[in-house]
Amino acid sequence: MTITVLNQGGKTALTGCAASSCGSSADALAQLPEALRAKINNHPCFSEDAHHHYARMHVAVAPACNIQCHYCNRKYDCSNESRPGVVSEVLTPDQAVKKTLAVAAAIPQMTVLGIAGPGDPLANPARTFATFRQLTAKAPDIKLCVSTNGLALPEVIDELCQHNIEHVTITINCVDPDIGAQIYPWIFWNHRRIKGRKAAEILIAQQQKGLELLVARGILVKVNSVLIPGINDEHLKEVSRIVKAKGAFLHNVMPLISEPEHGTFYGLTGQRGPTSAELQTLQDACAGDMRMMRHCRQCRADAVGMLGEDRGQEFTLDKIEQLDVDYAAAMVQRAQVHAAIEAKRAAPAPITPTAPLVTLNPQFRTSRPVLMAVASGGGGLVNQHFGEANEFLIYEASNRGVRLVGARTAGRYCHGPAQCDDSSAQRFAKILRVLAGCEVVLCAKIGYEPWQQLEAAGIIPNSEHALESIETAVAAVYQELSASGRFSVDSVATQRRSA
Amino acid sequence: MALTIIDACVNCWACEPLCPQQAIHAAKPHFYIEPTQCSECVGDFADPQCASICPVEGAIVDAAGVPLNPPGSLTGITPERMTALQLKRHAPTPLHVIE
Ligand code: SF4
Ligand code: SF4
Repeated sequence: MTITVLNQGGKTALTGCAASSCGSSADALAQLPEALRAKINNHPCFSEDAHHHYARMHVAVAPACNIQCHYCNRKYDCSNESRPGVVSEVLTPDQAVKKTLAVAAAIPQMTVLGIAGPGDPLANPARTFATFRQLTAKAPDIKLCVSTNGLALPEVIDELCQHNIEHVTITINCVDPDIGAQIYPWIFWNHRRIKGRKAAEILIAQQQKGLELLVARGILVKVNSVLIPGINDEHLKEVSRIVKAKGAFLHNVMPLISEPEHGTFYGLTGQRGPTSAELQTLQDACAGDMRMMRHCRQCRADAVGMLGEDRGQEFTLDKIEQLDVDYAAAMVQRAQVHAAIEAKRAAPAPITPTAPLVTLNPQFRTSRPVLMAVASGGGGLVNQHFGEANEFLIYEASNRGVRLVGARTAGRYCHGPAQCDDSSAQRFAKILRVLAGCEVVLCAKIGYEPWQQLEAAGIIPNSEHALESIETAVAAVYQELSASGRFSVDSVATQRRSA
Repeated sequence: MALTIIDACVNCWACEPLCPQQAIHAAKPHFYIEPTQCSECVGDFADPQCASICPVEGAIVDAAGVPLNPPGSLTGITPERMTALQLKRHAPTPLHVIE
């Protein structure tokens, strides 16, 4: 077996399903019906703008699963909505409610509570619905969402719709049972284990039926697909066409993450994950009329906080057990915070991020599109130290404008003096893989050594735009480097050439 | 007449809510079937429920110690192939870089 280097590169959790149009999220949302737009507006996972202002959390109340996927070995959280290789602490419904109320009181920006595992929420109906029932009653200002493989969806739909549910995510990897049989070895159905093609047939039928029923009831449905090279890559275009025709508002393609040490079927048999380029190509190919979710990180099932930051450690069980939350008071404060955020969002933006650069600088018409990685701690600003960046936002700058194309997870370069030793070279090599294809890195600050290493790898480090808005900074750097001829159409990225 | 969960169990919870006799408990270090309560699902279901959803080969055994899901029955990877794959995993593998 040959393990490809890019197999590991699959760790970059770059996800999303984008459109061919080069517009901001505001443009993308403008294409949607009014009712849909209102639902998405405050959802940090769906709206690029909202994720700068609002936060979401997941609680892990649903451990059991009713199907087997070849990319899962049950020791870790479901990779359907979580980062593979991560284990969440399973909570009882009462603990989950307590945690949610505590987080909502402490982080008023938290508007969405999701149940995404560690198993399948609908295969644990008692636990999932006990949590939803309490939250619908106690915290009507929190939206609920759920992710499922879809097998149990048609049977629980009535119960599901009684709660404050606005979004459901269904993981649909195929619509063809022959392909399904290569992804799902078995399902548990009507009190029996069913294997092979028959199992895939039932699962696919249930998923499609569930999708139709949800759309008929006006619930937003997002479809996630795991891109498995050689198995469903071409087929996902067909999946995309069908689920969109049935009314899914978003199709989000995620990379297969298959590490041999996770002990999954794919990990053991050497099935590789997609390269960043393969993923992006497919995301573009199955793009609809809108581009959202490019900023999606695969969150862990118990993630808390703004996308890209996990504050879970502040809300561990022993800490929340001691809290006594006055949610009625918290709700008043939350409403004030939300109103302030909305006022701020409604105010005219100081810059128009998608203003075509070409109108500003006609002489750069000959510059080619360039990918830049940005270290940002949130708020839409270049505000993170290179060494502290856990992930990079990837922007594409071209003479048509600046757009967010994704987020890639790195793992911190510097873990403090204790760990800054022999393995730092390895860590840097990993960062370079994450930055594959990027020609510039923007950050608030960067040390001398990593600066030199980046330059040696053909990537231009830039810390001159600390605390500026990302779009403005990316545009400024693009113009500056374009003027120097660095991005002229016939210049090829040094990094790409040497990779 | 009772089934037993042994240490191959990964504590995934799948079996626990399905047992018609409430015989399964989330114990340490792994899930546990109370033998006096387990009926092997006779009278309730055609197949023992815990063994029909358990994702781990060999985790649930009958009174004679025979696994209800023997090696290869769930993954489709025969024991011989599994050994070969694991050996390969630990052998140095050639790195090969795609563009
Ligand atoms: S065989 Fe049936 S009764 Fe016995 S533990 Fe399993 S599910 Fe329960
Ligand atoms: S289903 Fe199997 S692995 Fe999961 S808890 Fe039960 S015995 Fe353990």
